[in-house]
Amino acid sequence: MISRLSLENLAVRRGGRLLFEGLNLTLDSGQAAALTGRNGAGKTSLLRTIAGLVQTEAGTVGFGALDPSEARAEGLHLIGHLDGLKPARTAREELTFWSAWTGGTPESTQTAIKTLELSTLLDLEVRRLSAGQRRRLALARLIAAPRPLWLLDEPLSPLDAGWRERFGQIMAGHLAGGGLIVAAVHDPLPVPAKALEIGA
Amino acid sequence: MSRAGALLSREVALAWGKGGGPLVSLGFYAGTATLLPLATGPEPARLAAIATGMAWVALALAALLSLERLFERDYEDGALDLIVLSPLPLEIVCALKCLGQWIATGAPLALAAPVAAIALGAKPELAPLIFACALVGGLAFAFTGGIGAALSLGARRGGLLTAVIVLPLFVPPVIFGGAALDAFAGGLPWHAGLTLLCAYAAAAVALGPLAMAAACRNALS
Repeated sequence: MISRLSLENLAVRRGGRLLFEGLNLTLDSGQAAALTGRNGAGKTSLLRTIAGLVQTEAGTVGFGALDPSEARAEGLHLIGHLDGLKPARTAREELTFWSAWTGGTPESTQTAIKTLELSTLLDLEVRRLSAGQRRRLALARLIAAPRPLWLLDEPLSPLDAGWRERFGQIMAGHLAGGGLIVAAVHDPLPVPAKALEIGA
Repeated sequence: MSRAGALLSREVALAWGKGGGPLVSLGFYAGTATLLPLATGPEPARLAAIATGMAWVALALAALLSLERLFERDYEDGALDLIVLSPLPLEIVCALKCLGQWIATGAPLALAAPVAAIALGAKPELAPLIFACALVGGLAFAFTGGIGAALSLGARRGGLLTAVIVLPLFVPPVIFGGAALDAFAGGLPWHAGLTLLCAYAAAAVALGPLAMAAACRNALS
């Protein structure tokens, strides 16, 4: 169970270009961080680095006393702008698979369907969903399989005002339950968060 | 449902599902098998002599056709990122993907192989051996082909690159399978060819996933 995320003196290089260096951040249970920065500053790369998908140039990503690869395998959710949903499959098939893959139970999947109001969309092919509906389907993973660390890349952008508020409540609930959130955002995050500007 | 089971059924559904899946592979197989006699001439004696060989090569090409999207579809839409973030080792994931591919397209092609060979003039008593060779060979094609599919991740015209990488790896199973069928048709001992084919398939199943996982990690980082 991840209860602490610490980035120490982190540097990441992508395509020969140094995106950022000397980045430090410590998050404990119940805390959120809002990553800001201009387009291309490296917000997505930082999230992928925390997830272990991108190699660090220097510095470390630590998860308290946990082994990083174990912590990553079972302790975090990554919601990127590529949502991993197959256009030709139905929302139900996709949600069922991702729930099983991330270790969710049928009960928690039902909770996710209820929380994100997906029940009327389940029989539709993913290609028929709007951008906001697709995002809600992707976000349902967060609830279908409870994991402590959420890495969110622009989670709010396709959502309408009502759903932004609802997702704010969902994030607040996650933090109240001891979770951690790192979110790349352009708009203010609807929950109290440490600010971290990249490439400043 | 267990993780591995969920992934396998997803892979079978994706390979089977919309966009043709086994039907496209079978259609391509039927097309190639029909094209070959048009080029060699229709005399039954000549056709019968090369029928099994043609059916076998057409099978390898049809297996190749279905491999292109094996990793590409998950790479493009971000699903590969999420699949990597799992307690299941990436090597097992890659093996399951290839297994799903084999179930969805390799097995239907193996059923079609004897039909194609007999239609081209092979002796009907060859049918069981052709089926066995196609089934085992299909496993070798799927697991060696997966290496090419993973290595060409992120490349433009990845399908073409996959074919270029994979065709040399298809040489041994084509030789072994072809030798077994040839020997059987000629009344000679044929077990050696089939055994070598099984050995190659076993090696592909054991080693292929290691290479695929390394290629996937490289493409993602």
